[in-house]
Amino acid sequence: MGPSEWLSMVMVSVGVFFFIAGSVGLIRLPDVLTRLHALTKADNVGLGFIVLGLSLQAGSLLELMKLLLLWPLALLASSCACYLVAEATLLQSRRGPGARRHVR
Amino acid sequence: MSGDTLVLDLVLAGLLVFLAWRLLTLSDLFKATVLFIVFGVLLSLAWVRLNAPDVALAEAAIGAGVTGALVLDALRRLDARGPADEAQPLRLNLPRLVGALLVMGLGAFLLWSVLSLPPGWRGLSSETAAAMPRSGVVNPVTASLLNFRGYDTLLEIAVLMLAVLGVWTLNAEPMPPAEPAGPILDVLVKALLPPMVVVAGYLLWAGGHAPGGAFQGAAVLAAGGILLHLARPFNVANRGVVRLVIGFGFAVFLLVGLTLATLGGRFLELPERHAGILILMIETAAMISIALTFVVLFVGNARDNAGRDTS
Repeated sequence: MGPSEWLSMVMVSVGVFFFIAGSVGLIRLPDVLTRLHALTKADNVGLGFIVLGLSLQAGSLLELMKLLLLWPLALLASSCACYLVAEATLLQSRRGPGARRHVR
Repeated sequence: MSGDTLVLDLVLAGLLVFLAWRLLTLSDLFKATVLFIVFGVLLSLAWVRLNAPDVALAEAAIGAGVTGALVLDALRRLDARGPADEAQPLRLNLPRLVGALLVMGLGAFLLWSVLSLPPGWRGLSSETAAAMPRSGVVNPVTASLLNFRGYDTLLEIAVLMLAVLGVWTLNAEPMPPAEPAGPILDVLVKALLPPMVVVAGYLLWAGGHAPGGAFQGAAVLAAGGILLHLARPFNVANRGVVRLVIGFGFAVFLLVGLTLATLGGRFLELPERHAGILILMIETAAMISIALTFVVLFVGNARDNAGRDTS
């Protein structure tokens, strides 16, 4: 294995570590907001490392560009989804514990 | 197949069975819906592992994405009515018994037809490969869907049209008033809509030579439309223009078939020289119609919601 493959493997491993950390946070943390915090931070960094690691192995420029496009799109979608889930949680807690769950 | 991918496949298959069992037995419909979406995503991974990227794309976009949104929406409408709808075990009455027997009979029939195939039969792949040069495209899946068995696809588009008719006929109950969407959803729509339209066009074009096609492109377009509806509620009521666009794909497909029949060929038998451009034409029309169909299925008959635009 050449140096770029080693670097790629290290980066993907770091990414996997962040994913595991995010998953542990999702399972272990007590409520929606803290879980969101753990999940979005860890997974976004994890995905970034995995994309960077894989882009070192890209066979063509087109493949590289597709990979590099993935991360900002996932960042955008996951931050917005995180905001929406957090907002729904806040609205629900304001309505009181007896209120019906609101699904957007 | 090497050992490490075998482990991945076994984990995937086990998870699918586990998720299917969980989502059918959960009494909390919201949790079941979330599991259904996760099930769809994992199922599309399974299709990738089975070397069927076309089906994987369709499963991810339609099975998990659009259907997931539809089920969530249905759940929201149920929610407004109160808690009585959740977790009521179904009682076995005569219509349900007949339905269950019919479904089980169909399952037994399918099982029998698979078992009655001649031993060692390799499917139609060699026939398909032999006919590929005459199909007008390079992707065998698109060739099968739009050329070799175009009749099936024509009827599939008709079924989607019927689904919209069903929604309009049932006059689905008005949505509960939409809560004002936050600014963030607006930002997301503005950032994501243009790439979604580009991706849909790309999938449509790629269908000729790589995984993709009208259904996949339509699902991406429809996802954009649904996102837009969530950010800024709009109304696609039963109006002339909407009806025209929904029927467009079916009409173009049928017209192509009938024209070929009157010009001396057979119904839907695409001539070799023009097959490529005809397939692209049919798929473009079908994509637009299917996309609007999905959006209408999601928005429903939202007449009562029209005046409460929040933007």
